Amino acid sequence: MPGAIYAEGLVKTFGDVRALDGVDLDVPEGTVLGLLGPNGAGKTTTVRVLTTLIQPDSGRAVVAGIDVLKHPNEVRRSIGLSGQFAAVDEYLTGRENLQMVGQLYQMKAKAAKERAGELLDRFRLSDAADRTAKTYSGGMRRRLDLAAALVVAPPVMFMDEPTTGLDPRNRQALWDVINELVAGGTTLLLTTQYLEEADHLAHDICVVDHGKVIARGTADQLKAQTGGERVEVVVQQPEMIAGARDVLARYGVAGTGHGDVSVENHIRKLTVPVTGGAKLLAEVIRDLDAVGVGIDDIGLRRPTLDDVFIYLTGHAAEREEEEENGTAGAAGKSRKDRKEKAS
Amino acid sequence: MTTLTDNVPGAPRPRGGVAQSINDSLVVTKRNLIRMSRIPEMVVFGLIQPVMFVVLFSFVFGGSMSVGGNTDPAVYREFLMAGIFAQTVTFATAGAGAGIADDMHKGLVDRFRSLPMARGAVLTGRTLADLVQTALTLVVLAIVGLLVGWRIHNGVPKALGAFALLLLLGYAFSWIGALIGLSVRTPEAATSGGLIWLFPVTFVSNAFVDPSMMADWIRPIAEWNPFSATVQACRELFGNPGVVQSDAWPMRYPVWASILYSILIVFVFRTLSVRKYRSATV
Ligand SMILES: Nc1ncnc2c1ncn2[C@@H]1O[C@H](COP(=O)(O)OP(=O)(O)O)[C@@H](O)[C@H]1O
Ligand SMILES: [Mg+2]
Repeated sequence: MPGAIYAEGLVKTFGDVRALDGVDLDVPEGTVLGLLGPNGAGKTTTVRVLTTLIQPDSGRAVVAGIDVLKHPNEVRRSIGLSGQFAAVDEYLTGRENLQMVGQLYQMKAKAAKERAGELLDRFRLSDAADRTAKTYSGGMRRRLDLAAALVVAPPVMFMDEPTTGLDPRNRQALWDVINELVAGGTTLLLTTQYLEEADHLAHDICVVDHGKVIARGTADQLKAQTGGERVEVVVQQPEMIAGARDVLARYGVAGTGHGDVSVENHIRKLTVPVTGGAKLLAEVIRDLDAVGVGIDDIGLRRPTLDDVFIYLTGHAAEREEEEENGTAGAAGKSRKDRKEKAS
Repeated sequence: MTTLTDNVPGAPRPRGGVAQSINDSLVVTKRNLIRMSRIPEMVVFGLIQPVMFVVLFSFVFGGSMSVGGNTDPAVYREFLMAGIFAQTVTFATAGAGAGIADDMHKGLVDRFRSLPMARGAVLTGRTLADLVQTALTLVVLAIVGLLVGWRIHNGVPKALGAFALLLLLGYAFSWIGALIGLSVRTPEAATSGGLIWLFPVTFVSNAFVDPSMMADWIRPIAEWNPFSATVQACRELFGNPGVVQSDAWPMRYPVWASILYSILIVFVFRTLSVRKYRSATV
């Protein structure tokens, strides 16, 4: 039986751009799918097709058991959408926004009003409920937008980059909301550029790039594809690198030779893929000590989804955006730099 | 345990049909009226221009204008008002266009389109709200008209009929605005795109000068201009001077022409707009 969200061979072109190039998805009921990909990968387009906003050139989609192309209005009853940018009426108060959405979901005015009150409480907007959304901060608008998507507690939810531009507190609050939704049985498709977010929130992950799903599985499965754990050592002196390399080669999964030890000379760092876990780490430390290699830092590192992403696509997840921002810094930095897109 | 999902009744089954269309349209109308009430300066600016036109035309041009050979400025002022009323209601085009373009721009149209609501309701709601604003503008303008000497001579029922025709014309033009709003990228473009072409439409007409004074080739255009029909109908119904004597059908049966034109505009532009709305992307 197909899941709560099912898509088969979705293709969508905009002029020359092939935004979707045959996307297949299958999200079992009550689970979270993380759609992970860089800017321009086709995440938003996928969400827009599944939420009836655009029609694909070809392919098929079923949401909550209803064919998206044949019965879009039936689908709309069963979904909630929180788009990439908060879609709230800034001249309406928070309460008026939610009431309006409730009524357009065909609730009676009174029921819509009650539900609006509940959601305003839940999203810490009660104090601002009767102010126009124009006066809200970016984070508050995001919360209001999310509340609007949850007015009828739809069985299937779509969130397009829900945490982009959120401060840590709002991000944590959103994660709590997502956990609560899932506990309540909601099926969720969420897109993100943040690998650790997909890792945290999603049961399954689809990595998309250039309109195609290039990998899918649980976070652990994807990590396993990239290779297992590795030991990373930073030695005290450049002269110690050679000695450390001999030691580490013995522990490498390849067993012999120096082939799988990679060295970054400028930061005196050596990395080797291993199997054996923490116990092995102790042995490595003892052996390095025995040959007189001083250690600045050592650790057992599991592959992150960042590694998976680079492995699969040949480029970092946020590369394009860093170019846009003109920052060549680490992913974490560009994330902090990103302004809240509230307009 | 959780307010998010427990004990929340799902979305009711849409009633469908006309009942739902009306309900959804009214919800959106209310929303737009609330918006307008929170941006009163928009309504005020909408009033300044027609009032300014009344004053300018009456007291600057008034003395040099002739209505059917009569150059009395007081006659011109009475002649003028129907033209100003009609021109003012057509400005609803810009309001509707800008409003809808803004909703597109802000992603609100995406929100609406993801909801199980009636297809045309977002646009109908906007045009109905503009209708309310137009009515308000007409009231203020009528008062200004009375102050400069404009009068109704054929009784209140006919005058109300004239105002009804004006409202219908404004409503029709707001659907043109809706299509413009859905077709441009920014609210600013919708505002100027909604206004620019109104000037030729409202000036190549009987609104401010008698078409008999126009060049031969332009005169039929003025007489068949849908806008002229409403102006002519208003002059007849108000009993104001300057009713065009012409064999052109819209000038002979201006009330019917006005109604037909407006209904035709609504039909064509509503159909096109709703179709465009369904596939609207920013
Ligand atoms: N309405 C549109 N018109 C033209 N091109 C579009 C449109 N929407 C998306 N695209 C293009 O399709 C590709 C995928 O975009 P999108 O789905 O927004 O990516 P993502 O959300 O993953 O960043 C991009 O190259 C984008 O420029
Ligand atoms: Mg996107």
